[in-house]
Amino acid sequence: MAGTEDTANNFLDALLLALDLITGLNAGLIEIVGLSLSVSLSAVLIAGSIGLPLGAALAVYNFRGRQISIVLLNALMGLPPVFIGLTVYLLLSRSGPLGALDLLFTPTAMVIAQAILITPIVAALSRQTCQGLYEIYQEQLRSLGATPLNMMLTILWDARISLLTAIMAGFGRAIAEVGAVFIVGGNIENFTRVMTTTIALETSKGNLALAMALGIILVLLSIVVNGVASITADSVSRSKANR
Amino acid sequence: MNILPLTLKNVTYYSGGKQLLKCNVTISEGPNTMVLGPNGAGKSIFLRVCHGLLKPTEGQVEWTGKEQDANNPNQAMVFEKPIMLQRTAEENLAYGLKLRKAKKDVIKQRVSQVLQRVGLTEAAKQLATSLSAGEQQRLALGRAWVLEPDVLFLDEPTANLDPGSTAEVEIIIQEIKKSGTKIVMTTHDLGQARRLGGDIIFLYGGTLKEHSPAEKFFDSPKTKEARAFLNGEILWGQD
Repeated sequence: MAGTEDTANNFLDALLLALDLITGLNAGLIEIVGLSLSVSLSAVLIAGSIGLPLGAALAVYNFRGRQISIVLLNALMGLPPVFIGLTVYLLLSRSGPLGALDLLFTPTAMVIAQAILITPIVAALSRQTCQGLYEIYQEQLRSLGATPLNMMLTILWDARISLLTAIMAGFGRAIAEVGAVFIVGGNIENFTRVMTTTIALETSKGNLALAMALGIILVLLSIVVNGVASITADSVSRSKANR
Repeated sequence: MNILPLTLKNVTYYSGGKQLLKCNVTISEGPNTMVLGPNGAGKSIFLRVCHGLLKPTEGQVEWTGKEQDANNPNQAMVFEKPIMLQRTAEENLAYGLKLRKAKKDVIKQRVSQVLQRVGLTEAAKQLATSLSAGEQQRLALGRAWVLEPDVLFLDEPTANLDPGSTAEVEIIIQEIKKSGTKIVMTTHDLGQARRLGGDIIFLYGGTLKEHSPAEKFFDSPKTKEARAFLNGEILWGQD
């Protein structure tokens, strides 16, 4: 039963180490967490500014090929991060079409890869949310003289709290993925090393406790970000009611 | 300039291969026009075709002799179940004016005026979806009224309301009429049609059977369908 004991020890060690790392405000850890957050939040910002209007447009506009676009978009939600990583790698590599930009193995490349990964998620979930509201609103809005563009903006605004879920789903996917950032970032210490790539690296080196400690911090981080989002949504809906 | 009269020329409306509406009618300025008929007679479709939400399969819908514009700014409609934007009451009222690019101070002034007229000044900052059914219907009427339309279409505006709320809504409808808006409304409440109606359009099975002054319609209906309807006899079938 030595294996079980090892596992138990690893967990205990990991918990203690996680606590130690957090309370000690370890400089290396802060850097890694900071880069994880800034890369994934930048990706969310890009995905949101493309995905939200795209989702709303798919809900409101009726055009040929709309159904196919929706099916494709839903399918793209499941794109494997390594595939996106590889594609972005090929685009940004020296000999690739965007090689001149010299972006491979930089945080910018990581942002690009994650943005590509989560834009379909944000767009597809926004489409669903917006379509629900569109079906309720559309006759009334048309009656009041709204153009499709007016409707899009109205629905995005009125559904903003529900749309936060789409954004959070995108963020969750981005902060948790390892394949894409590993390939295009290269896991370079002090430059492109983020939480997930560090966990993968430390695991492969056998530093299971450190890897687990980082994993625990990643989970905590996720909880904090979602908590902040949910509190924001709450206060928005409350102020909406009381204003 | 008023956009009336409204003329439906040889209008038909089909859905799923079935004819749901067939009529020739002119609606002019003046007293309220009530659209009557049993369930499934095509009353709601009639209003939607007039308003421009549904395109007729054949025929023309003409305002002052011209074919209608898709987004006619001079007409408004209130639906049977009021659809509230998930915003405050006053934002719901301001919405249509903003779409028409009205000036901020004009919006503010008209919104507060209409809020008062529909008795919702206290609820101005409340989320519209949290209002009671009666309040929502009054707000929906206000949202149309604030646009000062030439014509207002009302689809069973009191169908889901208790007698008290119904009375309030009827008072508001008469106020809107007095302010210079032509009312065209459907109802299945014959008492209401007598109270509010100037002329009656009677639909049956999607076909316009009668269009006459209210008094005449109630005293001596011309068609056997209208007589049966007024006598409260159940009308089966669409033809």
